[in-house]
Order: sequence, then structure tokens, then C-alpha cells
Amino acid sequence: MAQRAIREYDAKRILARNWKDYFGDEFEYDFKSVLITPETDLDKVPEEHPWVLETPLVAKPDMLFGKRGKLGLVLYKINKPGDVTWEDVKKWIKEKMGQEIEIKGVKGKLTHFIVEPFVPHEQDEEYYVAMSMGDEADKIYMSAFGGIDVEENWDKVVEVNIPPLATDEEAAKLIEENVPAEIKDKKTYAEFVKRLYKYFKDLHFSYLEINPIVIKGNKVYPLDMVARLDDTAQFVAGRKWGDITFPAGFGRELTPEEKYIKELDEKSGASLKLTILNPEGRVWLLIAGGGASVVYADTVADMGFVEELANYGEYSGNPSRTETREYVKTLFDLMTREKHKSGKPKILLIGGAIANFTDVAKTFDGIIDAMKEYADKLKEVGVKIYVRRGGPNYEVGLAKIKKAAEELGIPIEVYGPETHMTYIVQKALVEDEKEENK
Amino acid sequence: MAKPDYILFDRNTKAIFWNLNPNAIQRMLDYDYLVQREPSIVAIVAPTSNRKFEKFFYGTKEILIPIYKSTVEAAEAHPDADVLVNFASFRTAYPVTMEALDIPTIRTIAITAEGIPERFAREMRIKAKELGKWIIGPATVGGIAAGAFRIGNAGGTLQNIVKSKLHRPGSVGLVTRSGGLFNELSNIIARNANGIVEGIAIGGDRFPGSDFLDHLLRYQKNPKIKFMVMLGEVGGELEYRVAKAIEEGLITKPVIAWCIGTIAKHFGGEVQFGHAGAKAGADRETADAKNEALRKAGALVPNSFNELPELIKQVYEDLKAKGEIEEVVEPEVPPIPEDFAKAVKAGKVRRPTHFICTISDDRGEEATYCGIPISEVVEKGYSIADVIGLLWFKRKFPKWASDFIDMVLKIVADHGPAVSGAHNARVTARAGKDLMSSLATAILTIGPRFGGAIDGAAKYFKMAKDKGMEPWEFVDYMKKVEKKNIPGIGHRIKSVKNPDKRVELLKNYAKKHFPSTEYLDYALEVEKVTTSKKENLILNVDGTIGVLLVDMFKALGYTDEQIDELIEAGAFNAFFVLGRSIGFIGHYLDEKRLGLPLYRHPWDDILYLVERPEEA
Repeated sequence: MAQRAIREYDAKRILARNWKDYFGDEFEYDFKSVLITPETDLDKVPEEHPWVLETPLVAKPDMLFGKRGKLGLVLYKINKPGDVTWEDVKKWIKEKMGQEIEIKGVKGKLTHFIVEPFVPHEQDEEYYVAMSMGDEADKIYMSAFGGIDVEENWDKVVEVNIPPLATDEEAAKLIEENVPAEIKDKKTYAEFVKRLYKYFKDLHFSYLEINPIVIKGNKVYPLDMVARLDDTAQFVAGRKWGDITFPAGFGRELTPEEKYIKELDEKSGASLKLTILNPEGRVWLLIAGGGASVVYADTVADMGFVEELANYGEYSGNPSRTETREYVKTLFDLMTREKHKSGKPKILLIGGAIANFTDVAKTFDGIIDAMKEYADKLKEVGVKIYVRRGGPNYEVGLAKIKKAAEELGIPIEVYGPETHMTYIVQKALVEDEKEENK
Repeated sequence: MAKPDYILFDRNTKAIFWNLNPNAIQRMLDYDYLVQREPSIVAIVAPTSNRKFEKFFYGTKEILIPIYKSTVEAAEAHPDADVLVNFASFRTAYPVTMEALDIPTIRTIAITAEGIPERFAREMRIKAKELGKWIIGPATVGGIAAGAFRIGNAGGTLQNIVKSKLHRPGSVGLVTRSGGLFNELSNIIARNANGIVEGIAIGGDRFPGSDFLDHLLRYQKNPKIKFMVMLGEVGGELEYRVAKAIEEGLITKPVIAWCIGTIAKHFGGEVQFGHAGAKAGADRETADAKNEALRKAGALVPNSFNELPELIKQVYEDLKAKGEIEEVVEPEVPPIPEDFAKAVKAGKVRRPTHFICTISDDRGEEATYCGIPISEVVEKGYSIADVIGLLWFKRKFPKWASDFIDMVLKIVADHGPAVSGAHNARVTARAGKDLMSSLATAILTIGPRFGGAIDGAAKYFKMAKDKGMEPWEFVDYMKKVEKKNIPGIGHRIKSVKNPDKRVELLKNYAKKHFPSTEYLDYALEVEKVTTSKKENLILNVDGTIGVLLVDMFKALGYTDEQIDELIEAGAFNAFFVLGRSIGFIGHYLDEKRLGLPLYRHPWDDILYLVERPEEA
């Protein structure tokens, strides 16, 4: 998956966890944040975090979406800024928890909040710093005009390119030379950014933004943070991250089936992916290969059936028979819950390109296992199967699946590499459909 | 002979293969044989292997390929190898590549690993570019220079390679992201044109070491390539570089291009389709936008993937009509010896086996005991005796028999440190030897004089009863004909009046639970005869177990001959060996715990009778 967004809470937790290693005693960060989830017992929070009773607070959703201030989702004042007590926060969170909101057209429920001390400061103390990975260089963005209006003030942001092979000294020099003129204490700011850049690189962030950042003397207040990690770097930086979760995007909570496949995928050396697009759809995909799966989905849409496309997914990298069986069973379970509203049979496309080294017969054994278990349900709902596949042992695999389906009484058509990969889509959705409508 | 800079692989290309991956290496060598070139892999790097060479097939012949501990060593020994096929895992692929980039003789590195951190991938790419070297991958199957060189598993099976005309050059240059579609496209090109000259799958990551344009520019320079096919993907901007190069006239040969992932527009960027690099971050990165840009730039873009074959055919026919493409002379394809294992799987060959096993099978997903998966054995609460039933006798014992065997094992498990086996175990342990040695010396004492009575009793009592000997007749027979004591009769201290509790338990159990105890009954009649002569000539525990085992197997439906065979094979003795091993191990562990020094038998316990021979 590579780049994955993390919660603001985790961004700050990781920063605090590694503070001594990267910022030493030169800078101080008093990490005080608490993450509130639907499972949190609000009445127990003060036991673990006594400071919530001792200081004015700020609370906001922590669910990977930005512009919370502009959406009116930041609690920082009742009558005037900095007068929010723990009691106010509790009341506010209880009110918001579970509430449905819409962000950029996507609906979702509020479930995670971050609560922190209110940090009194002037607007002109709000600086900005962000880092990202470009194709040719890392990019550092620095500005004295941070806060919620940073985008309106984008012309005041200085962008610095750091070549990936630059040494620490070279990177430091580029940063020092480019600190925006408006920054008051340039030396301190530059020193902080230099260190933050090393932290950014070592921990394999793909994106890191602190906006606003307030620096008072040697005390650093990252008031808001946005971060993405490269999850493939788990084996390099995992210990520095600590226990991390990568939440799905807002409104894109995984269904139990998607979650199950994701867990299966994480445990396996092979790749198993499943996204449910429309559980009531008629066209179901069971496709091998990251590229081929996209082509099949494209073709279904090209044929005018995008509304009926039930799922997107792929299996590849030579999954075992058991892994394949579990994957297919999950799919069968979903597709046999109800008949299609049109009364027509559902269509299952078992497709794939010509495999390089995945043993087709073996993966098909897994599919057949699942087919046998779900035979009755598949027949009850009405499912027609179209198969197209090539690769090692494909003749055996194709013959087996044909025989199995026929014995079980499930209609099936089987094609090999001599047939164009996406022909089965056309056959199923256009040719046979016409035939039926005659 | 230096190759032109646009050629990465030719028929003389030699490669170092990183990681001892026998399948992929063999596939490359099979390809070499198929296209009738010398083996392309000259060295293998495997830091953790202790072997110096590995055997592979080249045709039917076996060849040795040297194994080195490091890429540097391999490159020093093989300066003619300019390709590194890096099959290291995602953890190791990055340092291996960075090291190899610094080796002057290595020019091209193909990386297969998926899941290399993006920061590392980008570093590898930039370093390679700075040095003027080539990286293919990561996260790719690699590619093929048709008729010349195959990277790893690219092209799939040999059968597919020939079908897709990957064994000899055609006229097309191919570049894709995905490895699976690389194969598919090669197939489409073989069917609708005359095959590829070279094809590269650049890999699905965000920062491929080399990308579409890098390869298309090479293809542009290669006079054998008449037109090109590019299969792009939603996400990233790489395809725009190609569009720009076409516009600027850097590419003048026809380019057929298609970006997959047009589906993404229907799902508002919420769904990750395909590869890691395949998420459109902006409108510019959608498949539709890129297809449109390519079309505008002058590439030949179909309306859908379905129409791609037709377009390839058109361009091919067109160029052929213009005389730009010549007829390919199809080379003769040598028959490739099939792998024995695969031929067996396909039912094409047979071979007599040298072993037969009828009790267990470790080939499936889970090992089985006599057809029953081990998990089921555990879940259904099988006892040790039940497992013995499955593995020794291929039976699911009824409960009465299992419980009896369980009782037997408990009873024979130990008999103190003084008996020969336990003594040996202790002496050996004190000599500083390991568990296996101590246990083995102990077991080796089991025989006619120690522990053998179960077998003996079963054998003689059964023989006597089967022959219809009267008990007194049997006693007589043993004395006069066999000239030995009856095995299983007699005890050092126990007698009729002071019975052995263990024997009582066994007898009572059998009387209560066995369907029949005819051999026990017979033995008890014999006991009456012997005890009438001497109080302690009772049926002892070994004798009781021996005759009850005969009764047990009888009741389980074994014939007399089958039971005789079991006794002959030592199956009865086996219960003693197994049970007593528990005790032997105990004695060994006890010694280890005590840590006593080497045992030396005291002189005063040995009668020394040593005399000098008269002749000396």
C-alpha cells in the first residue's frame, strides 16, 4: 500500500516518543494529548491524564480530515478562547460521538477525538512547516504565516528541494539559506526544521505537516499535525513508530469482510485484496493480478455495467490453496446473501492474465473447495461463472474447475490464453445478455 | 565486443543471481536452453549458504553454478557479468542494490521484491541515473529480450514463452507496469503481430528504477524495433513524460499506448485500484486524462483495453505492407526436457517407487495418522493408545482396547535403577553423553533376558493353546522339548498367597471389559500346574500382558497367523520398549539433574582372576 495516513494523535505520540533522539535537550515538547474513541470511558480519563482537570482544553475530531476549524469542529472556547474545561469537553464529545457528517461528499460518523491543553498564543506566532517526498527531491515548505489561512498565503511559503542523496550538512545548509525572512528567530526555527527533516527521513514519513507550529524559546508546540507514513518501512522504522494503526479514510470504514481479507493479506506472503463497491450488484470479480484486476473492472464499466459492479479485488503472488479458499468463500458469502433484484442470475468473472509463476491449478483447487461449500447457495441465488486464465498448469486448472462446476450443477464457461483476456466480460455482459433478452 | 548503449541484454549477457532461488534460476536456464544460448547465470550470491556450488539443469545436462558470499566477490570472479538479477527480499533488496551500483562491472539490476520503502526505491533510482546505470523494478517480474535473455520468471512457463513468441525476436518494443499484464501483452502481440523484440515490466511502485520513457527511448534507437506498445496505469505522471517525448519528436516510431484504470473515475478516488503507485492524486493522474494526453501527443490510443489487439494488428499489417517489417524465420525449438515432478503431476510419466508407506502421509496441508489429520486426533481427544492403534496397527481401537494399552504402558514404564536398561542409561549419562546415546544404550539391553518375556509368553502360551495341549502337557513340553523355563511364569517374591497387585488389576480389567479371555484362562490353568510345584511360579506381569495381548488381538478380529506375525515382528515387545523408554529417559534426566561424575565401578566389586598365559 505504501503511503498511509495516520491520526494526529499518533503523529504527536511518535514525535514525543522519538523526541530525545532527534531534538535532544535543545528543544522541549510537553506531549499532552489523549485520544478519545467510542470505547473510552470518559470518566476514567482524568485518572490517567490529570492535566485535563488542571488546564483549559481544546478538542477536535481526529479522523484524517482537515479544515476542522472551518467546519466548526474545534472546541476551544465557550465564551472566550481558552475557557474550555474537561466537563465542557465531555459534554461536547458525548454530543458529537456517532454524529453523521459529510466531508467532501462522503458521509461518515464521528468516532475519534483528540483532546489537548489550550496553548495561548498570538496569531503572528503561528508558523508553518511541512515536508513531502517528490519524485526527484524531498520538499520542505516553510512559512511565517501558518494557521488556518496558510493556503490563502501560499505565496509566502518558501519551498526548498533537498536531493535524496544529500548529506545531513548539505540538507542543513539548504534549510538555513531558505528560512523565510518573516520568521523572527530564524536560527531557532532553522535548527528545529533541520532536526525535523532528519526525523522525517529516518522514520520514513511520506508527508509531515505541522500547522501551526508555535515555538516559544526552546518550547515547541505542534498545534496541529498531519502525517502519512510509508507502511512498507515497518521493518526499518517500526520500532520508532511504536504501536500504530492506519485508519481507513473518513467514511471508508472497512466492512467485516474487507477487514477479514485485509488481515488474511497481512499474514500472507501473497496478495489478497477486496473492496466492496455495491453489495447488491450483479457482477462479481474474482481476478488474479493487480494489473489484470483493473483491466477487468475497466471493461465492466466500458460495457455499461459500472452500477452493477459489486466488488473490486485481486489475488496474486501464488497464494496457497487455503488462502485462496478463504478469499473465495468470503466473496461467495457476500454474493449469495440475496438474489439480484432483477431476478437475473449473478455473474462471477474468474479472470486473470497469463500468470508468470502462480500455479493456476493450485489456486483453482482453492476456488473449487469454496465452490463445493457454497454450491447450494450459489444455485439458490443463481450464479453463472465465466473463467479465463493462463499460466503454469492452466490446462489442469481449467479442466478441474469446469468439471467441478458441472458436477455441482453451476453453469460455467471456461476459456484459456488463446481467448482475449477480457472477452469473458463481453461474452457475459453483452453477448449472453442479448441472448437472454431475445 | 561492446554492445550499443540501447541494448541491455543480448545473447551473450551474463548475469549474477542474488538469492539462491532454485526455481527462478532453473527457469532462466531453461530459457537459455530453449533459445540455444549458453547458460546466462554465471554466479549466485547467497550470504547465508554454506555451499560452494549448486546443481542445475541445462537441457538434460546438469551444470554447477558457483555460489558466493557477496556480490563483490561474485563480480570479481565474473567481470563479464553486467547484470544482477536481484531476488533479495524486501528487507535486503535495497542494500544489495546500493552495493551493486558501486561495482563497475555491473550495469543493469533487476529487482523483484515488493514492498521496498519508497524512500529507498527513490534513492536507488536516483543513484543509478547518476551513474548511468539501469534498474528494472522494484516489484516487477522483470522482462525479456526475446531470444536472448530472460529475467527470472518473466514470460511464465516455457510453453507460454513459445506460444507468445518470446523465444525469438519479433518487431515490437513493449513496456508495461504490471508483470501479469506483461505476459498478457506479449501474448496479444504474438497473436496480432509477430512478437516482441524486448519487453520490460517497470513494476507497480511509485518510484520505479526506470520508467516507460527510459525504455521507449532505448526502443526508439533499436533498429530491430519497428513499433512500441506501452501499457500505463492510473496514478502518477510517468505517462506524461512519454507524451511529451512524442510531441518533441524524441520518439518517432509508432507508439500504441493505453492506460488502465479508467474505472477509477466512477469511484471518486476513494478506492485503491491495482498497484501501490496506482492511486490518482489529481485529475491529471487519472487514466482518462493520460490516455487523452497521449492521444493528443500522437500516440495510438484505443478506446478500451478490449480494442487493443485490433489496433496492434492494424499497425503491424500497415508496417508490413509498407515493407518495414520482414517475415520472421521461425527458429527450431529444441524439446525441453520436462521436470520430472511436473510430468508426474500431469500424469505423463511413471516410475516404480522404492518405498511404500501405509500409515501416515505428510504431503497434504496437514500430516495424517492413517488418514486422520493430526488436528482431528487432538480435537477428538485420541489417547496415546489410540495413536498407537493408528500408527502401529492401522486401527481405531475400541475404548476397552485403548484403555488396556494405556494400562500396559503405565505398568511397564519403569522398574527402578537396578535393571540393565536403566543402569546403562545412568552410566552413559554420567559419561557425559547426550539423551540419544543414553536412551539407545538402555534400549539395546532389551532382549531375551531383559524385557523379552511379554513376547515369549505370548508366543508359547498361544502355541500351546492353539495346538490343544493340556496345561500339564505344556509344562512338560517346555521342560523336556524346549528345555527352558516358561516365559511369563515366576516371580522373585510374589506368590499365590502374596499376589502381584499389577497382575490382579490386569486380570480384573480383562475379565470385566474383554469380549473374551480364552488365552488368559488357559495361562491361569497352566499357573495352577506350576504353582502346585512351587509357590512363586505364578503368572507374572509380563506373562499376563503377553496372553492378554493375544486375547485383545483375537477379539479385534486378527487371525492366528496375523497374531503370530505380529509377535514375530516384535510388535508385542514394542509395548515394553515404548513404555520403558519413559523410565529410561527419566533415569537419564535424573542423572543430568544430579550432575554426578563419570561412573567407575569399584575394584572391590570385581573379582579379578587374571593369569598370564603359559605360552607368554
